[in-house]
Amino acid sequence: MINFFLLILIYSGIYALMAIGQNIITGYGGMLSLCQAGFFAIGSYTTAILATKLGWSFWATLPAAAILSALFGLLIGLPTLRLKGDYLAIATLGFGEIVRNVLNNWDSLTNGPMGIQKIPMPDLFGFVINPYRKYAFLVMVILFVVIAYLLFQRLARSRMGRALAAVREDEIAAQSMGINITKYKVYAFVLGASVAGIAGSLQAVFSLSVTPGTYTFMVSVMVLCMVVLGGMGNFKAAILGTFIIQLISYFPQLTGLSSVIPPQFKQILFGLILVVMMIWRPQGLLGREERTYGGSTERKGGKR
Amino acid sequence: MILLETEALTRAYGGVVAVNKVDFQVESGLITGLIGPNGAGKTTLFNNITGLDTPSKGRVFFNNKDITGFPAHKICRMGIARTFQNIRLFKDLSVVENVMIGRHFKTGRDETKGRFVNALKSYVYLKREEQEIYEKADSWLDFFEMGQFKNELAKNLPYGKQRELEIARALATEPQLLFLDEPAAGMNPQETEHLMAIIRKIRDLGITVVLIEHDMKLVMNICDTITVLNYGQKLAQGTPREIKHNSSVIEAYLGKEEE
Repeated sequence: MINFFLLILIYSGIYALMAIGQNIITGYGGMLSLCQAGFFAIGSYTTAILATKLGWSFWATLPAAAILSALFGLLIGLPTLRLKGDYLAIATLGFGEIVRNVLNNWDSLTNGPMGIQKIPMPDLFGFVINPYRKYAFLVMVILFVVIAYLLFQRLARSRMGRALAAVREDEIAAQSMGINITKYKVYAFVLGASVAGIAGSLQAVFSLSVTPGTYTFMVSVMVLCMVVLGGMGNFKAAILGTFIIQLISYFPQLTGLSSVIPPQFKQILFGLILVVMMIWRPQGLLGREERTYGGSTERKGGKR
Repeated sequence: MILLETEALTRAYGGVVAVNKVDFQVESGLITGLIGPNGAGKTTLFNNITGLDTPSKGRVFFNNKDITGFPAHKICRMGIARTFQNIRLFKDLSVVENVMIGRHFKTGRDETKGRFVNALKSYVYLKREEQEIYEKADSWLDFFEMGQFKNELAKNLPYGKQRELEIARALATEPQLLFLDEPAAGMNPQETEHLMAIIRKIRDLGITVVLIEHDMKLVMNICDTITVLNYGQKLAQGTPREIKHNSSVIEAYLGKEEE
């Protein structure tokens, strides 16, 4: 039972990284992107391939995964940023599916639908972070989440966060205020992609195998749900949303009712939660982060 | 001294020529009015100068530099700020945040290094930068006597204040030239009176102002020079007194007198 709970926490951490990326793209930049699963897959496969075929250590594959995902973020970002709202959603959705299909069919590199097995475990100064010994792995994941949170929070509270908010609120006015909107939209995409790539890397060394079936469209949708549930434009909320969604999706196993409740049940619950949220609390559980200026101390968080 | 000049500026949308070979000059230090009946092409002219639209033909010169076809953000950085006919505030951000966005590129000490480098910078550095941006923005709010609204959401301000906030935001970019697109639209007489005082104060700061306006009382009162557009073409140019007595201007507004 405790082991199972640790598993949920680890998955929450991995997904929280993706949700943080989604939050900078959707919550701050206001762009409805549905391809976190694509970046997640690129990160996972980068680590898997570099570690198994070239024998790189996990710590070397990690930046490679982030950079490669960021590169794809740039690649998808530049041409699609002329699109808005649902059009952007469809284009990014297409990208996510393309990634999965390429992984499924590029047998020589990705081993097709069989995936890549026997990914070496990461070790740190001789200490092997064995995913079966979940405590050590959990600590590592939490560290990653904390670092990502601090970095992204700092970005969001600087000129960049404000510029992204301006782009979200009104692109024409933002341009007329001297903000290069294309640049900031691409930044958001690249940052969001790179952190999803890191999440992918962690996923690869946690399950020690990667298969294309893990990186479906549903993953992107789930990540979006996490951000919406917690509250857009708030990194704490994104992490909270991730944890809640993860708890719900493992609810049948957690309560030992998996024989009674069919696995499709969690999709019903997701839908229900989103509908209820949209009606009663469209801003999410915590709402957008609000900053108050003028006092000597800065108050953070709060609702609007 | 001519601060801004357009040379035979033309903007056609398919067959419709919204702005037709307009030579428009803005004298430095003055308040220039741009008037004309609805659909005369005033806003189109503004958009073509400020980079939100690209002219089909013709040139735009600012400080004798050709800026035709520059993107809007570059033009803003060169010192041309603007407001909009239909208010375009960042509605869900607070009043002071709106003005702080106007300070965006003014504090970009490391614009070349990119934001990621900034993320890694020390907490102290970031704190100081934010404080600097805030203080400047705050002083602009004081200029407009809006200090007490600073943490309100922009969308919750009364209408007249929203218009003023848009001007404050534009001024925060420290422009040489300020375009106001119908600043008095929807204002009551008292608010218009207040606005006129503000526009004069802005001119006294050494900022050149160009405004589109339908309120003739305002235009005739504060403009030093007026340009009239009609059907996309320049109809007349002169002092308020000259424009008031120009027969073709009267005709454009009121129609021809019957013989």
